Amino acid sequence: MTMIFGVPLVALASQLVIGLFNGAFYALLSLGLGVIFGLLRVVNFTHGAFYTVGAFAAFLLTSYAGFSFWACLLIAPLIVAALAAVLERTLLRKLYGLDALYGLLLTFGIALLIEGLLQFYFGVAGQPYQVPDILSGTSNLGFMFLPHYRAFAIATSLLLCLLTWLIIEYTSLGAKLRAATENSRLLEVFGVNVPLLLTCTYAFGGALAGFAGVVAAPVFQVSPLMGANLIIVVFAVVIIGGLGSITGAIVSGLMLGTLEALAKVYWPPSANLVPFLIMAVVLFLRPRGLFGKGE
Amino acid sequence: MVSASLSLPLQRRRNLNIILLLAGLALLAVAPLFLYPVFLMKLLCFGLFASALNLVLGYGGMVAFGHATFFGGAAYVTAHALKEWGFGAGSGLLIGVAFALVTGFLMGIIAIRRQGFYFAMTTLALSQMAYFAFFQAPFTHAEDGIQRVPRPDFLGLVSLADNMSLYYFVVAVFLIGMAVIWRVIHSPFGASLTAIRENEQRALSLGYHTNRYKLTVFVISAALSGLAGSLKVLVFPIATLTDVAWQMSGEVILMTLLGGVGTFLGPVIGAALVLTIQNYMASTAVPVTIFIGLAFIICVMLFRKGIVGEIIAVLPSSWLNGSERQKAGHQ
Repeated sequence: MTMIFGVPLVALASQLVIGLFNGAFYALLSLGLGVIFGLLRVVNFTHGAFYTVGAFAAFLLTSYAGFSFWACLLIAPLIVAALAAVLERTLLRKLYGLDALYGLLLTFGIALLIEGLLQFYFGVAGQPYQVPDILSGTSNLGFMFLPHYRAFAIATSLLLCLLTWLIIEYTSLGAKLRAATENSRLLEVFGVNVPLLLTCTYAFGGALAGFAGVVAAPVFQVSPLMGANLIIVVFAVVIIGGLGSITGAIVSGLMLGTLEALAKVYWPPSANLVPFLIMAVVLFLRPRGLFGKGE
Repeated sequence: MVSASLSLPLQRRRNLNIILLLAGLALLAVAPLFLYPVFLMKLLCFGLFASALNLVLGYGGMVAFGHATFFGGAAYVTAHALKEWGFGAGSGLLIGVAFALVTGFLMGIIAIRRQGFYFAMTTLALSQMAYFAFFQAPFTHAEDGIQRVPRPDFLGLVSLADNMSLYYFVVAVFLIGMAVIWRVIHSPFGASLTAIRENEQRALSLGYHTNRYKLTVFVISAALSGLAGSLKVLVFPIATLTDVAWQMSGEVILMTLLGGVGTFLGPVIGAALVLTIQNYMASTAVPVTIFIGLAFIICVMLFRKGIVGEIIAVLPSSWLNGSERQKAGHQ
């Protein structure tokens, strides 16, 4: 059996797949956080709850309405987007122009409320969600077994990240978004409906998180607190990558997932600490993050 | 700063403060006759905790999202010292404070490198790291926590065994903590801190080492949070993961926010409110996070100044001192 630093290759490779899988979620979530922050100047604490709502929406749609996984993959993010749009229109909007601290505390409160409600109706225990049949097998790659679902999850997440990047960089909508990030008042003068743009951005960020939630549902159990614990790691990702940098979000998300997996192989007790240790080191060496520009 | 002959409004203000102080002391003295002393002690611990956070949040203008680490961490250390090393009440409190002080310094030097949101996210992430470290450290017994912590005498002289004598001990420690906070706020250091909060660039250009000020206030706040956490171990003989989890950091922010960020007594009143409602909620099946979340939303949307802040805003301005008048005016 091939060994790498005293660890069998098979074990290492499958841990790396898990690492990339987690990293894909980090990337999707920190991307959404970054897009929202860039435009709304709000650190969206509700992001973890959006992820949870996405997973629950898929779970409910499948178990009560018989929707397929593929349908959920489309519908659940839309549900989350609608929820996000309502929250932005009714609550968040009223805080623009005030100290940014209030936006942070409001979204924190919303996250707690959503998680509390889910806990009230569904309990804290996780609900299982079936992997779709077509993706349930594994492939023998010779040096490891690759679970199809994980490969699918990594591929779609990265595809979505890439798509987001393309939209922001190369479409007129993306150009407006970037312009609004630079100077939203000037953009308004040009006749662009900036308030609508803000709502759409928040909804879009929420949809990304909701999508991640659906993809996560078959692997992790669907539970009310699934997003709360994830979001703190995502904050570390965001600090490492630098908010507002799309490349930063994707690269540092995947990197952190992989490093976490390596830590799990070589020194298991440190695995939970790794993202935060890396964050502390980055803050010391490059306070703006690896890809961050000036504040 | 205050000369012997005070101006009339300032004199009146002094008198008002003294009346408030005496009324507060009298209230603390007789409260256990009417209310359950253990609840009151819990209230004082969290009141001190929220007031300690307020130093950073209200007076330093930094949203610290990781104070549970100091509160719960000190609780763990004190519990371990009392149970395994046979420390007395006084030395037990001191070792908890020392732990919080050192942890606060470590978290502070990393976190103050960034401002605003990044500061909030960094403190949150670092405290989550501390959470995992506590979870894995053998002395905390992970999910079981440290249970059945003994309640030793204070200096070998004063027995704290019954709840009434412990109550007055807790009141004394609470008052010492609040006196330290009062001193910090009303010192030249506190004034510089306010200046940094209002405009860090300007303070920097005036030659203030702003990071040194921010780090100092962060460490003081951490140490006092630790005092509150250690004190709680004397009241409730357990130390668990609940006290170091991020939800606790959120709860204490809520207490401060509800009572009034940047007001001296606001955090204590906020703590009383949150704990009272939690007490009622405990008997229902509704998760307490629903209430905490709703309270955050309502407070941020409807009364951002907090209870005490809103009261100050409606008081006649001759009752207020300069900074309060400024607070009532804008924000």
